[in-house]
Amino acid sequence: MKADRTLIERRIVFLVLALAVALPLIFPLGLRTKGTPLTKKAYDLVDQTPTGSVVILSFDYDPSTVTELQPMAQAILEHAWKKGHKVIATAMWPQGSQMADMAFENVQAKLGQKEYGRDYINLGYKVGGMVVIQGMGRNFKTVFPKDTSGLNYEDIPLLKTVKSLRDIKYVVSLSAGDPGLKDWVLTAHDKYGVSVAGGTTAVSAPGFLPYVNDQKQLYGLMGGLKAAAEYELLMEYEGPASLNMNPQSVAHVLILVLIAIGNIKAWRKRKAALKSGEVANG
Amino acid sequence: MAELMKVLGIWLGAYFTLSIFSFLYKDNPFYKLAEQIFVGLSAGYWLIYTIYNILVPNLFNLLFTDFAHNWLLLIPMLLGIMMLLRIIPSAQWLSRYPIALMVGTTAAIYMLLSFKSDFLAQIAATMVNPFKFSSPVDVVGTILLIVGVLCGVYFFYFSKKQEGVFAIPSKIGIWFLMVSFGASFGYTVMARISLLIGRLDFLLRDWLHIIK
Repeated sequence: MKADRTLIERRIVFLVLALAVALPLIFPLGLRTKGTPLTKKAYDLVDQTPTGSVVILSFDYDPSTVTELQPMAQAILEHAWKKGHKVIATAMWPQGSQMADMAFENVQAKLGQKEYGRDYINLGYKVGGMVVIQGMGRNFKTVFPKDTSGLNYEDIPLLKTVKSLRDIKYVVSLSAGDPGLKDWVLTAHDKYGVSVAGGTTAVSAPGFLPYVNDQKQLYGLMGGLKAAAEYELLMEYEGPASLNMNPQSVAHVLILVLIAIGNIKAWRKRKAALKSGEVANG
Repeated sequence: MAELMKVLGIWLGAYFTLSIFSFLYKDNPFYKLAEQIFVGLSAGYWLIYTIYNILVPNLFNLLFTDFAHNWLLLIPMLLGIMMLLRIIPSAQWLSRYPIALMVGTTAAIYMLLSFKSDFLAQIAATMVNPFKFSSPVDVVGTILLIVGVLCGVYFFYFSKKQEGVFAIPSKIGIWFLMVSFGASFGYTVMARISLLIGRLDFLLRDWLHIIK
């Protein structure tokens, strides 16, 4: 029985793509990415916020999108801590709370120990999406009476000055879908006037571009791994996102070549079919 | 013990990653087993997560520790029970009330906010004087934004046949839509490759220790 040629070709494509990603991971090519205004705007929001401000990083994702969003979260957290901001971690996704713990741990390993309850706090996951944010806009304590370790709201020094969302200087939502960044834009910014920036998976980034507008509904937008690498570049270090841009770039070149080959093959097939049609018609 | 569990976890992760990837060659029992385990495990995980992280702290703890101040929570509890009655055919009709309440309140909340954010604010964001900017890039960008929005919206105007001069904005609108579809495709490729990078990074770093 003759093997299906399309199936074999498809398997070759999968294999070549796996190699195109694996080899640059093992042997980094040292490719550098260039910054874009969208990421710079998010960077500027963090950079221009005064020292001592209380801010929110919302971990609205789970381990499935950790490759794209965790480097972003860590770069922003590092930036916020370097600027002396006090960070509240919230999560609209159940496993976001663990993602926050991981980010706190990794950045502290780099910057040195921070004091829990004074420099940062993890309030954990709350079900409800937009309704939760609306609740935070009215009264923070009723939504998060305790943190993830069971500490009461009133016993946490960082939260002494926080009564509602209006006491927050900016929100950065790292978002893999719904609930996530859109809820923060619609509620925190458009209803309560808090500055919001966001980091999303590449898939959902185009849907958020219209919010980066003259009305500043979204201050800046980081879309996917490339934006994470850009933020690392702005922070002047080469982190996981920058390293992962090597296989990303090689894979993109390969995909462009494959699209070109596919189109040439389709064009030649159509031409051959036309020719055989002309021969058949005499 | 903790180290052993960590190693076991990594080996299990590697096994399931390779089992799922094996589908790229062809459908096989390893893939099927991994798929079934994933479905079962996810369902079990969410059930336990919901009970211990949503129902216990937000409902049961409050009712048992301070009933006098939290007795109103009996209403959502009752609605939740009514929702579960879908599994009993004779009482199925009762589940319609909590569903109706959820649909109604969700629609109301989103309608107000979406009208403000996705309609009014978006229109206001398009009403920009392009010539207020000093940079030529911003001027051209803003003109493209205005033309793109007008022509894109016009493409979806079907009350009059689009022919002759009236077809021109529609054709320009198609070009803008095509560019946006291309950008979306590019972003999607980037996202999918990122997922592959994540998995291969796990295999090469955590499992095989090829990357240090």
